[in-house]
Order: sequence, then structure tokens, then C-alpha cells
Amino acid sequence: MANYKPVVVQSFPKLGEKITQDTLYWKSYKTPVQIKEFGAVNKIDFSPIPPHNYAVTASSRIHIYGRYSLEPIKTFSRFKDAAYCATYRDDGKLLVAGSEEGVIRLFDIHGRAALRQYDGHTKAVHVVDFLTDKYRIVSGADDYTSKLWDIPSATEIVSYSEHMDYVRCGCTSKLNTDLFVTGSYDHTVKIFDVRTEKSVMTVEHGQPVESVLLFPSGGLLVSAGGRYVKVWDILKGGQLLVSLKNHHKTVTCLCLSSSGQRLLSGSLDRHVKVYSTASYKVVHSFDYAASILSLALAPEDETIVVGMTNGVLNVKNRKREESKERFPKKKRPGYRTFVKGRNYMPKQEDFFVSKPVRSHLRKYDRLLKSFQVTKALDVVLEARNRTPEITVAVMQELNRRGTLQNALAGRDETQLSVLLAFLIRYVVEPRFAPMLIKVAEMIIGK
Amino acid sequence: MVAPQPLRVVRCGGSKLSGARAAFSADAKYLLCASGDYVKVYSTATEKCVHILQGHTNLVTGIQLNPQNHMQLYSCSLDGTIKLWDFTDGILIKVCKYFVLSQLFMDSRVVHYWFQLVSVKLPKTPDQEVEAKELSLILDDIGQWPKCTAFGREGEYVASVRGLHLLVYFFKKKKINRFSLSATSKKGANNYFTCVACHPKEDCIASGHKDGKIRLWRNFNHKREYTFSTLHWHHDVVMDLAFSVEGTSLLSGGVESVLVQWRDGSDYKKEFLPRLGSTIEHISASPDGTFYCTSHTENKIIIIHSSLSVSAVIQGLVKGSDVKTGLVVDPRTKALVLNGKPGHLQFYCLQTDKQLYNLDIVQQEYIHQIGLNQVDLVKAAFSAQGNWLATVEQREEKEVELELQMKLWNYDEQTQSFTLNTRINMPHEDHVTALCFRDTDELEDGTPTLVTAGNDGRFKVWVLVNDSDSEKPSMGWSCDFVGSYHNYPATNCCFSEDGSLLAVSFEETVTVWNSDTWDLICTFCHPPGRIQNLCFGRLSCSKYLLGTTDCGFLCCWNLLSCALEWSAQLNVMVLQPDPLSENIAAVSRLLEGSDLFVFKPNEPRPFCIQRNVCRERVQCAVFIPRDVPDSIGSEKHQWLSRSQLYFLTETQDLLTFSTKSAEERLTPSSRQLAVEESLPMTPFSLLLGKHRHQQQSKENADLDTAVVQSHLAQGSPAVKELLHTPAHVLPSASFLCSIFINSVLISKENKSAGEVVDVVEMDSEKAEDESDEDLELTEMEQDINPTEFLGEITEIKLSKSQEKQLRKIRRMDYSWVAAL
Repeated sequence: MANYKPVVVQSFPKLGEKITQDTLYWKSYKTPVQIKEFGAVNKIDFSPIPPHNYAVTASSRIHIYGRYSLEPIKTFSRFKDAAYCATYRDDGKLLVAGSEEGVIRLFDIHGRAALRQYDGHTKAVHVVDFLTDKYRIVSGADDYTSKLWDIPSATEIVSYSEHMDYVRCGCTSKLNTDLFVTGSYDHTVKIFDVRTEKSVMTVEHGQPVESVLLFPSGGLLVSAGGRYVKVWDILKGGQLLVSLKNHHKTVTCLCLSSSGQRLLSGSLDRHVKVYSTASYKVVHSFDYAASILSLALAPEDETIVVGMTNGVLNVKNRKREESKERFPKKKRPGYRTFVKGRNYMPKQEDFFVSKPVRSHLRKYDRLLKSFQVTKALDVVLEARNRTPEITVAVMQELNRRGTLQNALAGRDETQLSVLLAFLIRYVVEPRFAPMLIKVAEMIIGK
Repeated sequence: MVAPQPLRVVRCGGSKLSGARAAFSADAKYLLCASGDYVKVYSTATEKCVHILQGHTNLVTGIQLNPQNHMQLYSCSLDGTIKLWDFTDGILIKVCKYFVLSQLFMDSRVVHYWFQLVSVKLPKTPDQEVEAKELSLILDDIGQWPKCTAFGREGEYVASVRGLHLLVYFFKKKKINRFSLSATSKKGANNYFTCVACHPKEDCIASGHKDGKIRLWRNFNHKREYTFSTLHWHHDVVMDLAFSVEGTSLLSGGVESVLVQWRDGSDYKKEFLPRLGSTIEHISASPDGTFYCTSHTENKIIIIHSSLSVSAVIQGLVKGSDVKTGLVVDPRTKALVLNGKPGHLQFYCLQTDKQLYNLDIVQQEYIHQIGLNQVDLVKAAFSAQGNWLATVEQREEKEVELELQMKLWNYDEQTQSFTLNTRINMPHEDHVTALCFRDTDELEDGTPTLVTAGNDGRFKVWVLVNDSDSEKPSMGWSCDFVGSYHNYPATNCCFSEDGSLLAVSFEETVTVWNSDTWDLICTFCHPPGRIQNLCFGRLSCSKYLLGTTDCGFLCCWNLLSCALEWSAQLNVMVLQPDPLSENIAAVSRLLEGSDLFVFKPNEPRPFCIQRNVCRERVQCAVFIPRDVPDSIGSEKHQWLSRSQLYFLTETQDLLTFSTKSAEERLTPSSRQLAVEESLPMTPFSLLLGKHRHQQQSKENADLDTAVVQSHLAQGSPAVKELLHTPAHVLPSASFLCSIFINSVLISKENKSAGEVVDVVEMDSEKAEDESDEDLELTEMEQDINPTEFLGEITEIKLSKSQEKQLRKIRRMDYSWVAAL
């Protein structure tokens, strides 16, 4: 006749974010490594060549870290005051950094002292970058100017003073050797062509611009400032494509994933948000302990490094793909050796008689099937409380059968304490509350 | 049939199968069971009903094989007759009338619960109808039920139980031994007897008790030195006991719906067959020992192989105590859907009177225990195309705690059944009063929408949403809108035909909502009385909204003018629109009897009034579309042509209307006999029959064509009957000869032939029934309910003209095949 029907365990829909490919991708990092720096970390830059060391600019030092080292491999500390924006050249051999005193220094990765010094800015230089032709440097400073330098001769080629406030961010085009972009606290982002005297394009961001980013294609420009991240279409003459307002404090840094499919933004609200560049929707979000000043992704997204205002550098490495076959399976005779006629191939005229499928019951179901109510309750209470929904479902089943009182009765101190511990822990959960309150009433009533 | 037939109320859905113990035929090929006024013969192998033995005019209370001739069956009924049947052919052989007995009925009715066991000597007269006058009282004051009485080994004694007493009557010594038990013991035992069975080979009586004990009595021919042993497994009443043929095992069953087999009367050797569905009422074993069968309260007979494995299930319409879901139609199969087994929905095909399947809604282990708060299935609704099924189940404890669950089922084309899609806990804070789907056409792909109304003063709109994520695509239902009106409890909800309007009634007010924006459009109120039923008009009358109030008003509002169109004072219980026409059926209840009114909303005058359709209150009604529109002669009953109205009364009788007369309805089901007709009418058999016939007629034609033709035409019933009566009931050939020749002769009085044969049959029984005087006993039940009289259907034969037609048909075809 009809089979025993197992206890229905109520499943509740999981609230919160759904599991998507993105969450899986961005969650597959190891637990972060925290490195304490001397001051707020204002720039992190990965070397473009393997083994992809990264330069961290904090206070008056530039530390170079290897991928897995917690100690700096190398330190550049020839700065009298704060250093800013240590950036690698495309070949990974040179490093340039601005400084509070207005001097730009060029280092060899392997050297210790500066190869060149570029004097000319009167105030702190917050942004420096190499142009793509490798022989020129762009800089932006608090004296409202941005300058172009020739590396070998250490001379100023051109100076633009179009911004009305501090120039705090900028970047160079990867496609065009003559294009660069600067963002300023005067709420504008300007695009310069070094062949011309003036800026070629200006876009109004609306807030002091903290970070700018050019897409690898060069067609899209991203600017961050205030709570907004804005995406501009350069090819359409600087038209606003989308304005993202997902942070509730100033956005300080921007970064693209290596594939260019995802845009990351870090903010003083201690969050890093990941946007899809197709839909500009937030697909994932990271939480950090302090306000974020800088953010960098290693090539192939192998490492996320985040620098914070409290001087902590947070490094997350991607989990290695665990090889499933780490433990070789025990050699056992195959299943088929135990079943007679298992490997018999049915012939055309054979009539196949299928065996009834045996359903395997859980232990509590087996006990409930034989009406051993106390034991069934014991079994589900023992299960280390990892599955409270099963425990409550069994309690509900017992209540439906009218035997809950019997199952609760006759318990000694230890058994009762297990039960009470369960009740105390889960009675506050709304999905279990009605049932557990009833159980508690029964226990107290005795 | 020019004169319009009156509309008759007809019962349908079959009667209770578990009213009496079923009996097996000697070879266990057939199972015979009493069902209402009929005895039904089922094949044990195919579960099909082979014959229906019709003839009793009241409830059949017991059936028993004739021990002298195992092809015959005795049945006794509340109409005061015992009938003898040949069940393989389905022929009535003999009727014994008990006028004296009916007198006794009168007596027994005066003294409540006073039953006597009498022995009836069956008279040995050749007539088909005989009166039994020789009665002798055996036991006085016995239990009401047949299972309280049992015959002992070789009919030497009879045991009967009532209350706390076991009575044993020895036929030879004519002495009665009475054994009594104390009412209760210290351990709280309840010693009342419930049933009794006797060992077929030994002197041993098994008795069942109310507390679940079984006692095996031995040595009971002594008044003092009797002994008994106790078997105890059942935790509730033992409903029935039966010994296997050899007496090696005892079967018992009860409320737990577990069949227990006790071997050798030992407490340790027992086997179980659990989860049989519902309370076991009767158990019987087949004479050849291969099968057992159990009759259950849910109108089911299970045939069980002696190795305790279920072999076949004969399932009738489950008639629960209360049909909470009402009557619903499955749009896909046109089956009637209502509460079945506890926690199940049954799909019942009305055309074939067969249960299609059970759908397990609650999906929980059913605990068979009296007084347990079980989960009830209270509401069910189908979407218009039958793709979705919504069910609501509730479990009420102490009136305060209410567990509600709404489930939505999707029809799976591959498995051809419903699969659970969404489970919603506590859809409302209080009882769900109504739910309905929005009827959307397949073409305009509107999202499926469901509305539930609850006593918590809200109605909720549920829609199917796509909540598939990257892993797996999934569809689920979620709440879209919650509406309320001054926090009055919502009592009814109903969508208009095109699904653009939703009407929800809140106590005395009907609110109409736009189903696109869920805005309240207007309200209707007809002050006195709360709204009980609500429905929209259909087709040309779709601008009308109808409502009934509990103080006896039927109101019709015009949705275009937002005004009351008309109202009538009518105490309407049930309001049911026909999905295929504008017609609306209303069943009203007056002081006594329910009346049916059928009307169109655009005119307040009903075009069909049927007074007093039944005496009880009508609980619910439903229109079921017919597969083929019925041709109905009279204009008045034209409303029944496209769909049929079924309704369910308080006493759980499923009734419907029929325009055909009683005879017309009965003819197809009461095929008279015989081997020839029970042969499957395969083309091959037709061909063969034709061929044979040709040969015969050729031979005959040589002799005398004219005579043979006339013989075939006129004397056929007699000859046929002669040929097809089983040989063992035939008298000697010499006796038959004259009659046969008589029938062959061309005579003017055709009728005589049949009568003569009848006489022959009766005579043939002379040889038997010498000693079955004590075999037929009737317990006289006092509650006779002479409501239904099916007329006198003693023997219905195919009329001659019909037979001719049949023959013609048979001759007509297939000659070309023979030519090949």
C-alpha cells in the first residue's frame, strides 16, 4: 500500500542577495591579509609584468610588496614629506612618484636613489603618470596646473593651467600616446592632447573629482567625485552615459577588472562596489573596516588590494582551484562485482523488470514510522543544532500526532538541558517561534 | 416521446461498497459485495464490475454463498426478502418474501435496538416467489451488526455478542451458554464486544473488543470451565475479525487501518499490512485461501493476497463526513473534484462512475487515531485551462491556533499529474473563505492570477512571478496586492468572465475592483443581510453581478448603471452559474425541501422551477459540461443540454437531473444475461459468429426455411435461455423437451414461452436446499429508510424488437471480409 510519507521540512526562501555568477566570482578570495602602513594609503599600483609586485604609497614611503609577502620587498624612503601616487611604467622597470614638496621623482625598480627629479610644481603633486610612449610623464598638482615632462632630459615640455582648483587625479590613454585626462576639485574633468595648447574636452562632474578612469577602448571615461560615479561617452563629445549613486560617502577610487567587464569603486563609506559595465548595476559589494582611499586589482583579478585611511592595507588573494583528486580514492572492488548479472546487457527480446526503488528514510523518520516519539525527538536534538528547521519540523509533526507531550515527558537533567538550550537559542527566530513557544509552555507547565 | 418527460432527480456516484462483508466466489475469481440496493460482482483480477445484481428495493444487508451450490448467492435486504442469484450470469433465481418478517420489523422498531436472531426455513417450492413462514427464534437481544454473529464449525453452534456478553447457541443440544465480562478493569480496559468470528476447524471463538483486545475462547461448551487467551495489538476498537479457511491465521483490523495476521493464535507470530488508507470495517477470506479482502470506510475494498500484499483496489466515490472543498470541476478531464481520503483530492469521472485518481495534497503521514486534529483540505480551485490548482488546508487547534497552508500545483504534461509549485504558510491571518483564479485566455498571455479572501478582512492577489536565478529557472507565486474594505471580513470573491473585474464581498457590501490596477471601482450594498454567494453573469449577461444575502434576497446589479436591476426574495443556499451559457441555477431552501430555480440574469423570471428536489439542505452544486450536447426534447429542459447540474446534499448524496425515464436509464446497465453477450464483441468474434450463422442457416434452409425463420424470430428468447442456463441448474432433457418443442411451434401467445422456462428453472432447484434452513439468517435492522423505490425490476429482458435489431446489425456487416 502507500508508503510512509516522511516529515515535511519547511524550507524558507533565503532572503538577501541571490547567488549569481558574480557573487561566486568575487567571493572566491581567501581571508584577507592585513598589513599596517605608516599612514593613509593613497595609491596602490600593480606592476604590469610578472610577478606583478605592487607599489603602495603611504606617508613618506613607497613599499613594494610581492604577491604573497607580508614584508615589503623594497622600500623607497627618500621623501622629506608625504609621497603620492607611485606608478609603474608599462615595462615595469621605472616608478614615478609625486610628493608633498612638489618634486616628482623617478626611480629604477632595482635602484635605491632617484634617477631623475622633476622640479617645477610649486605645490604638492598628487598625481603622476607615464604616457603610453614611455618617454613622457604627466603630473597634476595643487598649484592648479598639470605638466608634461620629458623623462631623459627632466625638462618640462608643456604646462596646462586650465583647472581652477587642485588637480587630484588623472590618467593616460592606453591607445593614444598623446592623450591624458585630469580631474580637479573644480568639479571638472579635462581631456588634453599634448599636441595642442588647450584642453580638447571638458566635462562637468558636479562634485570635486577624486578619481578618473579611461576604459581600455578609450571611448568611455569614468569619473568619481562626491557620492557619484559618472560614465561619459567621449566619442559623443562628452555626453553623460550614466550616473551611479550607490555609495553614501565620497567615492575615492576607481578600478577596472582585468577583463574590463566590471568596474570597481571604493568609497569612504567602507564599501567597494562592483558594477557590470554592460548594465551599470551593482553586482557585488565588499565591506571593509575603514574608509577606503585606494584600490587595485592584479592582472587576472588574482589579488584585490585596498588601502584605507587608518593605514591598513587589505590584501585578498584568489583561492586556487582546488584539485578534486587530491585524495586518491580507496581501491575497492567495483559495485558491479557484488551484484550478480550487473553487467549483463539486456537483449532485444528481454522483458525488463524494474526493481522498486527503496526509499531511504532519515533516522528520525524511521523512528517516527515506528512511533518512537521520544527517540525521534532525541535524534533531532542531538544533531548539533545545525538544522533547527528539521528539529522544529519534527516537533510540529509530533504535535500533529498529539504525542508532543509524551515525547517531552520523562527527561532527565542532561536531556532537558539540551532541549532547553535549543529553545533558548531558537525561540526568538520568528519562523520557529510559534512552535517553540508551545514546546516551552509544555515544559514549564510540567 | 412527444410528451415532455418530467425532470427527475437521480442519484449518482454509486453507493457504499463497505456496507456489508464482501464474499468471494469459490474459485476466488469474483468478489461479491453489497452496494446499496444492488449486489455487485467484481472480477478480482481486473477490479472491474462484471455484473450488477438488481432486484432488491432496499439496502442489501448481507450476502452469502450457497454452501450447496457455490455458483449461487443468497442476499438479504431491508426490503424483507432473501434472494438467490446465479452471480456468474447475473440471474435472479429465487425470491423469498418474508411478510412475517416485516411484521417483526415493526416489532423491532418499537423496542429500540432490539434485534433477534431467527432461523428461517427456506421453503422448497418451485415458484420463483415464495413466502417463508417457518421461523424459529434462536437468540434474543443480539448485536445489531452482522459481524456480531458467527457460525461455528460445521454449523454446530452460533456465537453472538452484544455489550458485555457472548452467547453461544448449540443447535443439537438446543442450549445457550452465556459468558460475561466485567465492564471495566483497573487498567482502564474497555471490555465491550465489537465482533466475533469462529474457527472453521476447531472449537474456538475469537472476539474483538472496544479496547483493541482480541480474546480467543475455548472450551465454551462448559458453562464454568471455559478458557480464553488474549491477543493485544490494536490500540483502538477491533472492527472485524476473520479466520483463514484452514483456521491457521486470524485476521483483525480496526481504526488503525492496519491488517494484522495472527498465526496459530499466538501473540508473537503476527504480521502486519499497514497504511491501508482508512478504518477497516469488514474482513473476509476467500474459500480457496488465496485472497483476503478488507472493506474500508472510505468506500473502498482492497483485495489482498494471502502473502499480505495488495492485489487489487476497488474504489468508489469517497464520501467523507464533510465535503469542505465543495464540488469543483477539473477543466482538463471534466472530472468532479472533491475531498476524498483525508488530505486528498479525488478526481471522479461521472460518465463512467469511476474514480480517476487521488491527489495527495497534505503530503503527511496520516495518523489513524480517533480524536486527533487532522489537517483538513478546505478549499480547492482550478484555473480556467486546468494548468494550475490552488488548495488551502487548515488545522485548527483549540480554536485559537490556526495553521493554514496554501499550495499551488502546476499540471505537468509529462507525468500527467499535478506537481507542487509553491507552498505558502499562513496566506491569511484567519480562515480563507474563498479563492478564485482569473480566467485568462491562452492567447492574451496574462500572468496567472489568484485571489484569496480571508476572514481577517483582506483579500490578497497572488501572481506567478519568475524568480529564476542563474542556476535553475523557477516560477513561483507571490503576493501582489492586499486589499481591504473597512476591515470587514471578506466572504466571497469572484472574477468577471473576461477577468477585468474582481468582485469581493465584505459582509454586507460588494466591492468591485479593477483587476489591472487594483483600484476600487464601486460598491454595492443591499442593506439587510450578509452576502453569501456572489457571481457574475456570463456571455450576453456579463454586465450583471448577482449576489445572495443570508436574509433571503437574491439581488442583481447592473454594472453599467451601477444600480440594482432587480431583486427577489428567495432564500438561496447555492448560486451556480453555468460556464457554457447565461443560465444560473439557484437552489433555495424553504422550511422543508429544496427548490431549484434556473434563470437568466437579464430577466428576473426563472424559466425552470423544480420544486422539492430533495429534502435535505443542498450544500453545493456544480455544472459539468457534457462531452456531447445532449438532445433534449422539451424546451423547458433545454438548459441541461450542454452541461449537467450536479449537487450535493447535507447527507452527502450526490444528485443530478435526468430527463430520461427510469426504464430508459436502466436498460443499458441491466443487460439480461448471458454468455453470448458477455463475450467481447471483437471484429473477429463478429466475423466468426457471422460465419457460423451462415453455415447454420444453410443447413437449416435445406430442411425448412420458413419454419426456421419464424422460429428464430419468435422462439428465440426461450431457446436462448435454454441454451445459456448453466447446465447444473437444468432439469433433465426429457422434461425440457416438451417445452422446447412448444417454443419452436408457431404460436400466437409469445409470452408463454418465457414463463414456462421460468417454471422450469424453479423446478430445477428442487434437489438442493434441503439443509440450508439455518444458513440464511436475517438480522433485522430497525432504521429502514424507504426513500427510494426503483420500481419493480425483477427481470428485464430485451424486448423482441430490440433483439431483432441486434440480429440485423450482426448480419449486416463483415460479409465482405468473409468473401475474402
